[in-house]
Formats: sequence, structure tokens, C-alpha cells
Amino acid sequence: MNYADLFRVTLPETALEVAALLVLVVDLGLLRKAALKTRVAVAAMLGVAGCGAALWALYAAGTGGFSGSDGLLLAAGGTAGVAQTGILILTALTLLLLVDSDFTRNAGEYVAVVLMAAAGGLIIAAAQELLVIFVGLELLSLGLYILTAFAKRSGKSAEAALKYYLFGGMSAAFLLFGFSYLYGLTGTTSIWQIKDAITISGPSALLYVAWVLIVAGLGFKIAAVPFHLWAPDTYEGAPAPAAAFIASVSKVASFALLLTLSLNWFTPGPWVGGQREFVEKVLGQYYQTWPKLATILLIAAAASMILGNLAALAQISVRRLLAYSAIAHAGYMLLGIATMPRYTGGVDLFHFYLSTIGPFRQSANAVLYYILTYGLTTIGAFGVVGVVERATGSDRLDAFLGLHKRNPVLAAVLMVLFLSLAGIPPLVGFWAKFNLFAAVLGMSGGPVPFALVSLAVGMSAVSLYYYLQVLKRAYVMPAADETPIHAHPVTMGVLVAIAAAVVVMGCFPALLQGWIAGFYPVG
Amino acid sequence: MLAWTIYISFAGALLLALLPKGKPVMACWLALGLAVAGLALGVAGFAAGMGQGRVVIVDAAWAPSMGVHYMLAADGISRVLVLLTGLAAVAGVLFSWNVELRTNQFFAFYFALIGGVYGVFLSFDLFLLFVFYEIAIVPKYFLIAIWGSTRREYGAMKLALYSFVGSAMVLIGLLAAYTTAGSHSTALMDLAHAGLPVHFQMWCFPLVFTGFAILAGMWPFHTWAPTGHVAAPTAASMLLAGVVMKLGAYGCLRVGIGLFPHGLDPWGFSLLGVGSWRDVFAVLAIIGIVYGALVALAQTDFKFVIGYSSVSHMGFVLLGLMTLNQIGVTGAVLQMFSHGVIAGLLFAIVGRIVYDRTHTRQFAELETMHLSRRLPFAAWAFVFAGVASMGLPGFSGFVAELQVLIGAWTAKPWWACAAGIGIIVGVAYTWRALQKAFFSDVIPTAHELEQEQAHKFAAITWPEIAGVALLGAATLAVGLYPRILLESIEPAVKALLAGGVQ
Repeated sequence: MNYADLFRVTLPETALEVAALLVLVVDLGLLRKAALKTRVAVAAMLGVAGCGAALWALYAAGTGGFSGSDGLLLAAGGTAGVAQTGILILTALTLLLLVDSDFTRNAGEYVAVVLMAAAGGLIIAAAQELLVIFVGLELLSLGLYILTAFAKRSGKSAEAALKYYLFGGMSAAFLLFGFSYLYGLTGTTSIWQIKDAITISGPSALLYVAWVLIVAGLGFKIAAVPFHLWAPDTYEGAPAPAAAFIASVSKVASFALLLTLSLNWFTPGPWVGGQREFVEKVLGQYYQTWPKLATILLIAAAASMILGNLAALAQISVRRLLAYSAIAHAGYMLLGIATMPRYTGGVDLFHFYLSTIGPFRQSANAVLYYILTYGLTTIGAFGVVGVVERATGSDRLDAFLGLHKRNPVLAAVLMVLFLSLAGIPPLVGFWAKFNLFAAVLGMSGGPVPFALVSLAVGMSAVSLYYYLQVLKRAYVMPAADETPIHAHPVTMGVLVAIAAAVVVMGCFPALLQGWIAGFYPVG
Repeated sequence: MLAWTIYISFAGALLLALLPKGKPVMACWLALGLAVAGLALGVAGFAAGMGQGRVVIVDAAWAPSMGVHYMLAADGISRVLVLLTGLAAVAGVLFSWNVELRTNQFFAFYFALIGGVYGVFLSFDLFLLFVFYEIAIVPKYFLIAIWGSTRREYGAMKLALYSFVGSAMVLIGLLAAYTTAGSHSTALMDLAHAGLPVHFQMWCFPLVFTGFAILAGMWPFHTWAPTGHVAAPTAASMLLAGVVMKLGAYGCLRVGIGLFPHGLDPWGFSLLGVGSWRDVFAVLAIIGIVYGALVALAQTDFKFVIGYSSVSHMGFVLLGLMTLNQIGVTGAVLQMFSHGVIAGLLFAIVGRIVYDRTHTRQFAELETMHLSRRLPFAAWAFVFAGVASMGLPGFSGFVAELQVLIGAWTAKPWWACAAGIGIIVGVAYTWRALQKAFFSDVIPTAHELEQEQAHKFAAITWPEIAGVALLGAATLAVGLYPRILLESIEPAVKALLAGGVQ
């Protein structure tokens, strides 16, 4: 166990923790007498600087992971690198959205909790071992519960936080219980060794129990059906910058975790041993066992797509609409994670396995692309909602009436972001969906993946209706109140930058795809 | 060069959106300039391309990892349809000269739609075609919802959702075809030569064809069209019926028949005389022709007559496509151009010239208004457009429908007989509309004559005259000398049918 390695690999987390402590010291020590606006601004800027330092540390840390005695504990580079960079950038954006807010007098504490939760997210993205996963997950989750409750003057905030906390605590308990069964079955907590052990020993009843418990715990984090009940209330009650953080960063971290698990457990190989005869003996068993386990994720994906989109149709609160749409988007992404190649015989097993390596990589990249661009778009959406809420006092659809007159730039940003979420080209949301569905169909051409992709495309069509409802209020229907809406220059700058990024990345999809591909060593 | 039609449309849309509010005249002139520039480029491209086959305009790698190309090319069919778009765009701007509310935004959405349409006609990469196809959906929604009339919010949402569902079906087909062909490339030529298995084409063809045909107004998925056209403001109705419905038909031809030709093969069994997807869609097209015509005959709202007549005429396009012979498909493409021009003219007269002055479209009220005396320009323009729509020789509609009928007879004689019924009913509903709206027999009372003197209609403005002249000249020119278009269409259709159906 090389502790220098551990320090190097966790340099970004360290930078975030140092920044968090610095923010607390500055706010509580030096700025006691300053106005609220100044304190908020300074805290947010320090937080952004901390994220920047962490980004630099990420690149300085290199691509070697940290291994304990049992195997890899923390990865670096690859999926982890992409997800960690995404988490840091998105955290910085949510902190920039904080600058104009007045929901709390405890600016330093807020930023400190955000940074510490982000550190938890970084750990989850890199974790390769069950206990490290749990530690990171709890660090992130506890931070999120606190952030949800931060608007002390709002009853909704407290209620949402309590619901989130109770639900989340129970899900964490399920997750840990499932992990304990896995340990009992295999004798190890390393993800890689668990895969080997389970494939060799084959499925057992206890494995299915463990698996269901784990899916319950992880499904909660990504708000997949039927573990989604916390999402509408939390999205509605949390203060806007906190909701943006929950909707983007925690999703990126959770999907990175799911990708790690999927890339380890659903991809056959590399195997302990590695000789071809050993691999061929085990592969047959492998294709018997793991696709069954992936089925529950496919069911959750289908249910999320259906329920998320249909429930969003009925919403009159834009925040709840965004929550149900988040559930639907989680469904699309789960499809990318859970689709496994079907081995139907006829071709040599070893060659079949070799031919699936490329599609798996493509699938993983597609899910990463989707979650990063979705996170960016959601932060923008919550930014717009936050501005409108502060001006009108409500997040109902009616609050958006006549937005094109009251603040044309804000309305244009709203149009770009919501059309991207609906999947209209040439915006990035369309490319993300196309990429994902093409990767799913490229992985496995059977009737089930095809039916699910058709369902996903159909549900996307349904989603256009509710996104257009918001845009209809902003552009079409007459305004109830025509006073101009003013937003802080920093907020407007961030929102315009996000909208521009959505358009540019949509017109030139190779930009982000090439960047993601650059994290993986060639060959 | 033709690619610039797309770029100036989108750049123009952005520019118009940024124009200062409250200056409608500036927006109108800028829009006219952009539309005329697009038309000029279309004409120049058409002339330059005469006698040439497919000309590749640009071919750049867009997403190399997926094999997606930014590939623009034009063959004879594309050039004709780009010309149609240019004509419809200019006419639409001319007939929107009186838009006062949020004029710059109106023209911004208008040119975003036009840019998308130019893009579809010029794309030779399936993914790019789909991108432009979807880009066209959102501006339509806003154009109708903000500036429309009867039940505009309902009409706009219905149109947007139907279009989106259709394009969702096309997306599924696109994904399936792309992955079945090996996930190498989305270029149309590559997919056409990828050797997609016949059983795959058998289910992918109806999926993709139906997806595009929804936008082309195929029965029974046509109900968005009359509602949407009636709800839309004049320029949007002209574009919708004139050009956007042709997007669907173009997709049916280029993508449906071009990529999945074996989807049209006989199934091996037949059910009530229907033995292949070709029979199915031909029957649906014929039902559309006859049903659209009969329903148009029963309407009490002037604009609904034109809306249903669009459904009926688009039925001819789809029937022509299903004949799968040279003359039928050529007729279908010519009908796309012809109906685009004529429908534009009809909607312009009904919407801009009549409705903006009389503020009613109900025949019961128009009958009492003696429009042949008070608006002679509108009456004569409608006579002109009406006989063109009926298919009188000398106008473009005759050449197109004749070719479709000959093609249908060659394929299956009863198709031609059934479609002929549609033509006869077409005469009936056009005549009925003409008589009720303009040439009613009621003699005005002295009191009514006084009222008319007191409330004269606004004079016909120069943009209206220019628009009618432009579209009228187009249909007359093609009707009198169809070779100007047929010379471009025929080789392109020949190449498409040879490369596709054996």
C-alpha cells in the first residue's frame, strides 16, 4: 500500500477540502461584518477557485490509480477522469449561480458543504471497491440533505430535506445490506474480484437478493422508478442553486458509479488468469449469469421513461416538471448502461466476446456524453427558474408568462435549454440521445433493445409537449405583468455561456466526443 | 453555391431576431431581400445544374467516430424543390407585408423554417436530413401559436406533436438501418448500397414511409393538416401546405423508396387484393384523394376547403410515388412543385386578400358580400388559382396529374379510375367555393349598397399583386412548357428507380 500514491490520486479531493475550510475561515473569521452580498460573492468565488485548483490537481495526478493489498481501490483516468472533470466544472457553475441569491445568511457554510459533497462525488466516480463506494456515497448524500434544507425561511425546504433524508437513509441501508451479502458470497469487496468469483460460482438465490438490494440503493441516487419518489419534492423545495447541484453533480457521480459497475460486471474480461482456455470455459457461464442481472435495470429504465414523461405532462410547477423529466432522462441513460450483448450461439464464444469490447466502450462514452450535457443543461434550467422565481415569487407555469417581453435574453436561453432537453437538433440534447440509442442498438440488435429504444424515442416525442408548455407561456401567451425582469450580470453571463455551449456542442458533436475519447489510452 | 440558401436563411433568422422592435417595415424589407437572394441562388443553381446528375456541394466529416457526414448534394429533384422553396419564400414574405405584431420575430421564425426546408432538400446524409427535418418543427409551432387565428394554440400543438411523432418513427428507422448496416456511415449512398436484408427492409420501409407520410398528409394521419393550416397565419399556411408537406413526400421518396426498395416487394400472400406495402400505401393515397375531396365539398369555412384540398392533392403525390414507374414518379415530383405553387396562391387569396379585409371565412357571410364586385382582383385571382387547382390544361397541375394518372394506369388500372373520381370531385368543391365566396346570385338591396359605400375594403397593395403575379406566372410557365422542370426531374427519377427498385 503506497500512501504517496493515495495522496496523489486524492489530490483533487484534498484541494476541495482545503478550499472548503478556507471558505469557512474567511467567512466566519474575516468577513463577519461585511454585507450579505459580499460574503456570498466571496464565498462563491473561493469555491470556484477551489474547483479550479482541484481541476489542476486532477491533471497533475496522472492516470495511475491507487491499489491496496487486494486490488485497485481508486481509479484515475478513463471513466473516472471524465466524470471527475465534469463534476468539478458543474460544481463551479452551480457556485456561480449562488452569487445572486439571498435564501441563506450562512454563505460560507453553504459553499463548504457544496465542496465537501463534490469531494464525495469525486470519490464515487473513482471508487473500485464496495466500501470506498459507500463512504463516497454517504459523503455526497449527507451533503445533499443539508443543502436541501438550507433555505431556512421556507417550510417547503425543510419538508423536502426531511423526505430526502429519510428516503436516502433507508436506501443507503439497503445498499449496505446488499454489499454485505455480496461480501458474504464472494469473500471480497473489490468489484473486479467479485465479478470473477460470481462468474465462476454461478448465480445463486442469495446473489439475486443482494442484487435487488443494491439496485434499490443505487436506483435511489439516480431517481429511477420505483425509487424516484423523493425527486419531485426535493427539486421543488431546495433552493435553486442547491437543486441545480442535486440535479447535475450528484447525477453525474451516480451514473459514473453505475458505469464503473457496469463496465466491470457487465463486460466480460479482462479476467484473472487470462489464458484463452480459461476464458472460454468461464465465458459460457458468464453469458448465462450476468444478463439476467441486467434485466432488472432494463425494467427500471422502461418504467422510468414511461412514468417520468407521463407524470410530467400533468405538472403546473416547472420545478416538478424538471424533476419528472430528470426521472425520464435517468431512464434513457439506464438503457445505455443495462443493455448487454446477447449470445445466441452460432459463432465462436471467444470471438463474440472480442467483438463486444468496442460496443461496450462506445456505450460507456455515450452515457458519459449524455450525463455531462444533461447536467450542464439542467444547471442552466434551474438558473432560469431561479431568476424567474426571485422576480415573480413562484415557479408555476404562470410565472413565465410573457417572459420574452420581460427579459428577451432569458427567454432565449430558456428556449435553447428546453429544446435541448426535448431532443431537438441542432442542440446537444439531440446528439446525446442519438448517440446513446445508436450505441444501445450497436451493442445488441435483438428485439428487446429495439423495443426499448423505440419506447425511448416515443417517450421523447411525448416530452416535447410539456417542454413546449413552458415555452408557450414564455413566448405565446399574453403577459399578466410586463415589468422587466432583471438578473445579476454574473447569473446572466453563466446562463448565456451555458446556452452557447449547448448550441456549439450540438452543432459540433465531435468536440466533446473527442475530448471524452482522449481519456482512454489507445488500444 | 446552393448551400448558401441554407446559410443565409439561418443567418437572416438570427439577424431578424436581433432587429430592434417596433420597426416592421425594416423587418419586411430585410426579409424580402433574404427571400429574393434565396430564390436567386435557387434559380442559378437550377440553371447551372441542368443536364448534370447529382452534384456534391460539400462533404465534410461531422462526427467521424460514428461515420456521420455533413454532406450536401443536389440532383434534379432537389434542384426543383429548392426552386419551389425559393418561390414560396418570396411569396410568403410578400403576403406578410401587413404583419404588425412582433414582425421581426415573425420573420425570424419564418426564415428558421425556410432554412430547415432548404437543408432537407439538399442533404444527402441521412442524419443531416433528419436534423434539418426536425429543425423545421419548432418554428412552425411558434408561427401558428403566436400569429395564427382559429384555435391557434390547439392547431399549433397538434401539428407539432404529429410532426414530432412522425419524425420519431423516422428516427427509429434511421437508427435501425444505421446499426444493421454495420454502424459505419449515415450517408444516403452508403446506406443504399449497404445490402440491407430483405426481411429488415420489409418492416423498416413501412415504418419510415409512414413517419414521413404523416407530414405529407397521408390518410388517416392527415387530421393535423386542415386544423393547422386554418389556424396558421397566411404566410405560414402557404409554407406549410406548399413546402413543408413536400418535405414529407420528399422523405418518402429519397429515404423510404431510395433506401428500402425491397420493402415494396410482394409479400407472397395477399389480403383482399392487397399483396405488398406498395398496395397498402397506394390504397391509402387514393382514399386520401377521394376522402379529402369529399370532405372539402362539405366545408362551410373557406380556408378549410383549401386545407382539405391540400390533403387531396398530396394524395396524388403519394399515389405517384407508389406507381414505381418512371412517369408516375416524375408526375409525383412535378405535382410536388405544382401543388406547392398553387396551394400557396390559394391560401394567399383566402387568407391575405379576402380574410384580412372581410374578417370572415364563412361562406354564409361571404355570400352576402358580393366580392366579385367589391374585390375583383381577388375574384379573378381565385378563378385563375381555382382552375389551376382543378387541373385545367395550360397550368402545371394538369401535366402533373396526367402523368400520375398514366403511371397509375400502367401499374394498376383501377388506381387511375379511383383517382379520377377525386379529380371530378375536385372540380366540384373548387367550383362551389368559387361560387359561394365570390359569385353568389344574391342581388344587393339598396341598404346594402349604401353600407358598401360606407365601408370600402382596403385597396389591393403592391406586395399582394407581386405575390399573385409571381406564383401565377410560375404555374402558367410550367403548365405551358413543362420541359423546363421535367428535363431535371426525369433523369434524377430514372437514377433513383434504377439504383433502388429493380
